[in-house]
Amino acid sequence: MELIYAIAVGVMVTCSVFLLLRGHTFTIVLGLTLLSYAVNLFLFASGGLSLNSAAILSDGGKYADPLPQALVLTAIVIGFAMTAFALILAIRARADLGNDQVDGKAIPGDVLGDKSVSADKRANS
Amino acid sequence: MMHLPILPILLPFIGAVVLMFPFFNERPVAQRQITLITLLLTLVASGWLLHDSLLFGPLPYALGDWRPPFGILLLADPLAAMMLVLTAVLAISVSLYAAAGDDQSGRFFHPLFLFQLLGINGAFLTADVFNLFVFFEILLIASYSLLIHGGGRQRTQAALHYVLYNLIGSAFFLIALAILYRVFGTLNLPDMAAKVGDLPSDILPLARAGGLLLLVVFGIKAALLPMHFWLPNTYAATSVPVAALFAIMTKVGVYSMWRFHTAVFGDDAGELSLLGMNWLWPMAILTIVVGSFGVLASRSLRWLAANIIAVSVGTLLLTVAMADVKATAAGVYYTVHSTLLSAALFLLAGLIQAQRGQAGDRFVRARPLLQPRLLGILFAVIAMALVGLPPFSGFIGKVFIMQAAAESGYIWRVWPAILISGLVTLIALSRAGTTLFWRTQGLPSENDNKVAHSSQIVGVSILALSAPLLVVFAGPLTDWSMLASEWLHQGVQLRDLSVGSK
Repeated sequence: MELIYAIAVGVMVTCSVFLLLRGHTFTIVLGLTLLSYAVNLFLFASGGLSLNSAAILSDGGKYADPLPQALVLTAIVIGFAMTAFALILAIRARADLGNDQVDGKAIPGDVLGDKSVSADKRANS
Repeated sequence: MMHLPILPILLPFIGAVVLMFPFFNERPVAQRQITLITLLLTLVASGWLLHDSLLFGPLPYALGDWRPPFGILLLADPLAAMMLVLTAVLAISVSLYAAAGDDQSGRFFHPLFLFQLLGINGAFLTADVFNLFVFFEILLIASYSLLIHGGGRQRTQAALHYVLYNLIGSAFFLIALAILYRVFGTLNLPDMAAKVGDLPSDILPLARAGGLLLLVVFGIKAALLPMHFWLPNTYAATSVPVAALFAIMTKVGVYSMWRFHTAVFGDDAGELSLLGMNWLWPMAILTIVVGSFGVLASRSLRWLAANIIAVSVGTLLLTVAMADVKATAAGVYYTVHSTLLSAALFLLAGLIQAQRGQAGDRFVRARPLLQPRLLGILFAVIAMALVGLPPFSGFIGKVFIMQAAAESGYIWRVWPAILISGLVTLIALSRAGTTLFWRTQGLPSENDNKVAHSSQIVGVSILALSAPLLVVFAGPLTDWSMLASEWLHQGVQLRDLSVGSK
């Protein structure tokens, strides 16, 4: 189980790094979302993975470490708020700077992030 | 006052919540009064805390009376209390400056300002790593909003970089936390310091990975090379008071390194002792080098101030890398000095900018200032202190660091970096002053409302006065720094703390 879990986290981080290295703010926000999923899973695993154990406490039996669960819950809430903020900021930047590039400079021939290219032309490309 | 340690967190929180009521929306004067009262109360609480912690040692506060290491512990040791007082003084001056009109360029300046303060104070007080993460996020989200306060193209773009970069930094922080929790089984800093010596040897590589990841995270906050690219752009793009408040933000990163890398991975950490310091040495020196090039290349006063902050962070990180009691004490004194005076330079840049018409704070020939004498004297004091010329505080701060370096045998690493960066700063600041005050043409602006508002002058003067005051009171201040540093290095034993009586 640990192996599958680790591979899942690894694949997600790989995908998110790929997305984070793009120049468009939207893909970066997607990458951040994926990264926060991966991080949450990783954080959850820090208490150790166990099957068939009580959720919080049991009399003498095995029980899962409750602290990482609390930490993940906090991390999810914070990550959610931060992603929402980043998304709004990306939209604002698209409006202020006129394109979707992180550096605010449109790349010639890049139709995806360019505001001056009309929607149907974008659909054709 | 058993609840005293939590007051520096609670007071800004209450103030911020009160200020969000619709009643205050159209009442700027009331907003400013509430903010100022809140800040003064915070200063009193912080000062009291400093007094008590210097007299009686660290004051613990167990949230909800949950016994540490199970509950969250706040620990007001002299180091934390000194940083709290520093933050409160800085915040008061900045809010006085902002009260002249900068706070009205958008909504909710004052609540955001106080939330930012809540985050910073919390980060200083907490003794729990996850709680530190939470306070980091609070101060970050407030800083994101403050950064774009007032709006504009340049700000949006700077904010975009800053926000995305810090979000990735937060992800790193959580990964490091998870690793450390797995290794230590606790997130309480004193508890971690107690356990670090007896870790089984097969788990050490994991602990090392976690500790180094945290160094990266704090390096992002502190603008350590190569993670410093956000700094000049962010500081130069945002509004003047916000940039001045951000002068404390890089110091939060340095402070966290003290808390974590100096205190937990200190001399008693066995194999993990001085973790990451062999990386910090070259990076700190390179931060100073790159910062110095930035200082020479700056074309406006605010870029110059931002690069001076980068250099001062590099200098502080040298004291972190030296990692002995005297070096940390020197670092504490230097933190106080450089935070107050680089903030002063930012505020002064705002005043100069307003009076030079189109030229702003760029180093070009422009019309003379309306108040050349007042601003000139302030500039001279602040510049001399930042460069490190006697008789002002920068001189004492740098001598203190160089002495510590000499005693621990690091002369060849530390002295050249500090002396050469000082020389470079001197050249850049004298060139800046010559251009801004003497290379003038035409007549001063006729526009009388460009004259510095009295509250702006008071704000800058409080900060500029710290240059002579830090010298006059250098005796007690260095004693306090030594005491703070000793407490940091020695650490506290959880069982000695009288908390969680249940």
